[in-house]
Amino acid sequence: MSEVRVLVGTRKGAFILTSDGKREHWNVSGPHFAGWEIYHLKGSPVNPNRLYASQSSGWFGQVIQRSNDGGKTWETPGGEEMPKPGAPPSGNSNKFVYDTSAATGKPLTTHQWYDGTQHPWEFKRVWHLEPSLTDPDEVYAGVEDAALFRTTDGAHTWQEVAGLRGHGTGPKWQPGAGGMCLHSIILDPKVPKRMFIAISAAGAFRTDDGGATWRPINRGLRSQYIPDPNAEVGHCVHHIAMHPARPGVLFMQKHWDVMSSENAGDSWQEVSGNLPSDFGFVIDVHAHEPETIYVVPIKSDGEHFVPDGKLRVYRSRNGGNEWEALTKGLPQTNCYVNVLRDAMAVDSLDKCGVYSGTTGGQVYASADAGDTWSPIVRDLPTVLSVEVQTLP
Amino acid sequence: MIRVVLPAHLRGLARISGEVELDLQPPVTQRSVVDALERRYPALTGTIRDHVTQARRPFLRFFACGEDLSHQQPDAPLPDAVISGTEPLLIIGAIAGG
Repeated sequence: MSEVRVLVGTRKGAFILTSDGKREHWNVSGPHFAGWEIYHLKGSPVNPNRLYASQSSGWFGQVIQRSNDGGKTWETPGGEEMPKPGAPPSGNSNKFVYDTSAATGKPLTTHQWYDGTQHPWEFKRVWHLEPSLTDPDEVYAGVEDAALFRTTDGAHTWQEVAGLRGHGTGPKWQPGAGGMCLHSIILDPKVPKRMFIAISAAGAFRTDDGGATWRPINRGLRSQYIPDPNAEVGHCVHHIAMHPARPGVLFMQKHWDVMSSENAGDSWQEVSGNLPSDFGFVIDVHAHEPETIYVVPIKSDGEHFVPDGKLRVYRSRNGGNEWEALTKGLPQTNCYVNVLRDAMAVDSLDKCGVYSGTTGGQVYASADAGDTWSPIVRDLPTVLSVEVQTLP
Repeated sequence: MIRVVLPAHLRGLARISGEVELDLQPPVTQRSVVDALERRYPALTGTIRDHVTQARRPFLRFFACGEDLSHQQPDAPLPDAVISGTEPLLIIGAIAGG
């Protein structure tokens, strides 16, 4: 029977929730890395027991952890053994240094600050880890201040994919309230060198050549108070999602507005439809129905909690515009949580499982594509991210 | 023998229990102590001081003999009591964050 492994990153550690394919009874393991912020964990699609975790702290900086046994044990790549006498320190798995070499063609050292002046790029943390679709040792990391890094040696060393910051619009990027973070990375399964990323508050970008060159894909986005309605960058994209069977179709939860694109981001249309609020953070796609998408509306940018004291996941079965509220098993009174941008995921069982983690520390699971929900855990620290692995 | 006390988060990261003892040649300084820590426990590299600038992380402090040594130069000699092992060098996570 299949097994499901849910990887949960929280403000104070990581938790691993496992169940058989029925998804009725759960084992909870954790906290791993207790006391540290775990922004994201994700497993390799080609070796599901190879997991990567972003562990960070305002005190101690960034650490990358790796597991080869599905999260039972962890290591800091290169940090396990004392190096030989005279050898350089090997603890470089947490070393993220922006590329300022001449080889990038245009070393970029500043971006726009809140007051309109230029500000140096400063590494703060890794928001998102995206393992390669083909190689368990290759991983992309989206970081704050916004940049994309890649490892090809299992996270021993990281190099910046410098073409993104260097493509031209970088000096116009500026931080959102949560910092200037690269939070979404999507690898195209059909066009191997195509990749999508999103940055708050710059927008979405695409490469078609493995990261050498990039271009903004924000046409059709409308962001209030940006003087130019057709601004190339400056949009606060919160998350993007794609179904692997239809890699040209993208869905986006923007600061305000839910959007979709039929042409790999070349243009976007609003599909907010009848949502009670089109502000939100998460968006995800059903594992088997590429037109079925999920969002969690949040009241507003000033009130980061669900409207009316009700936690409602909204589902559209036709790519947006027409939405239904999914409430069975979710709190419908006095609920004022948020669901952060990486805190929703789907498994690939039949029926598709949907998982959502809240700032109140609950992780809710639905084993029937969202029709009914129940909590796996209720009292974790603030949930920052949720990923799911469907294991044979 | 130099004795170093690390904060719990870093002891957990490097899988250390109790104090760390380092056998260092003079001059014994903040820099030589952190160099030795990073050599013995590579996982600590970048967690006490920045990878590139080598600056102490803002919320970490160095204390010894009842004094805050955090703003001393990294190559300044540590107090005799630390060098002799009578007193430990305390690396402390600052009380911050509300």
